[in-house]
Amino acid sequence: MDDLYRENILDHYKNPIYKGTLEPADLSFEDENPLCGDHLRIDLRVDEKGNVTDARFSGHGCAISQASADLLLESIIGKNIEDLKKLTKEDILDLLGIEELGPVRLKCALLSLKVLKGSLYGIGQKDEDL
Amino acid sequence: MDEKQIIQDFPIFHQPDRNGKTLCYLDSAATTQKPLSVLEAMDTYYKTYNANIHRGVYHLSELATEAHETTREKIRAWIHARSTTEIIFTRNTTESINLVAYSWGRKNLNAGDHMILTEMEHHSNLVPWQILAEEKGVELDFIPITDAGELDLEVYRQLLEKHPKLVCATGMSNVMGTIPPSKEMISAAHAAGALFLLDGAQMVPHMQVDIRDLDADFFAFSAHKMLGPTGIGVLYGKESLLEAMPPFLGGGDMIKKVHLRSFSANDLPYKFEAGTPAIAEAIGFGAAIDYLAQIGMDAVFEHESEITRYAIQELMKIPGLKIIGPLTSSNRGSAVSFTLDYVHPHDVAQILDRENICVRAGHHCAMPVHERCNVDASTRASFYIYNSLTDVDRLIDGLKIVHQLFGQD
Repeated sequence: MDDLYRENILDHYKNPIYKGTLEPADLSFEDENPLCGDHLRIDLRVDEKGNVTDARFSGHGCAISQASADLLLESIIGKNIEDLKKLTKEDILDLLGIEELGPVRLKCALLSLKVLKGSLYGIGQKDEDL
Repeated sequence: MDEKQIIQDFPIFHQPDRNGKTLCYLDSAATTQKPLSVLEAMDTYYKTYNANIHRGVYHLSELATEAHETTREKIRAWIHARSTTEIIFTRNTTESINLVAYSWGRKNLNAGDHMILTEMEHHSNLVPWQILAEEKGVELDFIPITDAGELDLEVYRQLLEKHPKLVCATGMSNVMGTIPPSKEMISAAHAAGALFLLDGAQMVPHMQVDIRDLDADFFAFSAHKMLGPTGIGVLYGKESLLEAMPPFLGGGDMIKKVHLRSFSANDLPYKFEAGTPAIAEAIGFGAAIDYLAQIGMDAVFEHESEITRYAIQELMKIPGLKIIGPLTSSNRGSAVSFTLDYVHPHDVAQILDRENICVRAGHHCAMPVHERCNVDASTRASFYIYNSLTDVDRLIDGLKIVHQLFGQD
């Protein structure tokens, strides 16, 4: 639990690097966590080879959902979207540096992955498919 | 009120958490903790006279039936209803309201009819009516919330001129703690020819209710918010209305006679109680009422008011904190919801949890209230008989930790 609010997470929450929007964007998707009203949108720019050249997130939410979005986008710049489709829950927890999270907060942490996959597939992903 | 004795009566407060911290439970508006007497009443039923009710000829079943029906009488007396025929057991407040929407609403509301709700309602007093409105073409009108966190009674009077068939409103807001003037609102509805459904989920646990004096036509509440078990609630309805309503769920116990192609419904209140009910829960509910009766509801309300007054006073001192709802401390329920401008309620709740303080974070099943206040979510502390001023101090200390982690300075 003490881990959850480590400097790293608080820093990405308070001073996000990838917060903003891309106009125009090649891929864009938004979704929310109805439990807490967190809302997240992710915009991606992708080159002709399918590599992510730029990414931004916007919306509002708790420290966990916002920090996880910032960390996730930081990690995907330069990656191919085919590789991004393989990202899992464990990858997000690794980025956050936490081993496990209660089911309610897990939804916060995974919102960014859910939205990212939505943008890649153009459809919403169910939580259990992540 | 003997605070020490009350804590003694609730086993959950005797167990410190893994860090040695005692439980600071500030989520009674969601569900309350249970005293030993409630747990033992249910346990004794299962251990010594467990049997189905209303049909067994044997002694055990008679004992169970008597215990079950004794609770019905306790509830009748508790809310001052005329007769036990007006006390229907349901699963909870939500089911009670759905029963009225399904049975009374389907029969009596038609396309173009108006009904009035309020912006302050819990989802359980909104969604059943939205479903009905969609199906029947009923027009829903809403009493707005004023900036002071009260219902706008001027608009209410205007809406009554549309001759609504039904008004549905809460007796105490689960988010803001507001206590609308129910008696005045009910009498205004009647003068306009409308019936009135009062949502008592937050009201009955915290204050004296005389339903005959209020004159509500329907009244709903749950046991689990007043020291009783989950899975049982009450619908009160005036007998003449209940008599004229078609049954809700069909099945055993709600019938007099069944043939292959027809049935005749049972008398009240059983007409609306299909299937084996929550027998142990009814017995536990009875013990919960006994427990509250021994304290007295005026003492309960006064105790909560004192804590709420102190909580509002101390919360207002925190920079960036905004309370959603009335800031007055008199005639107000104990639910206090607030936002901190630099941190999300989920983070607040999680940090408080580390101190073994339980608060609610989110929209508390009242998204429209939050929309009205232009916030996505809030943190809510709510108090009950087992809380004390010390719990408020712990909450404030916890919020100081939140500030250390998230504060901008």
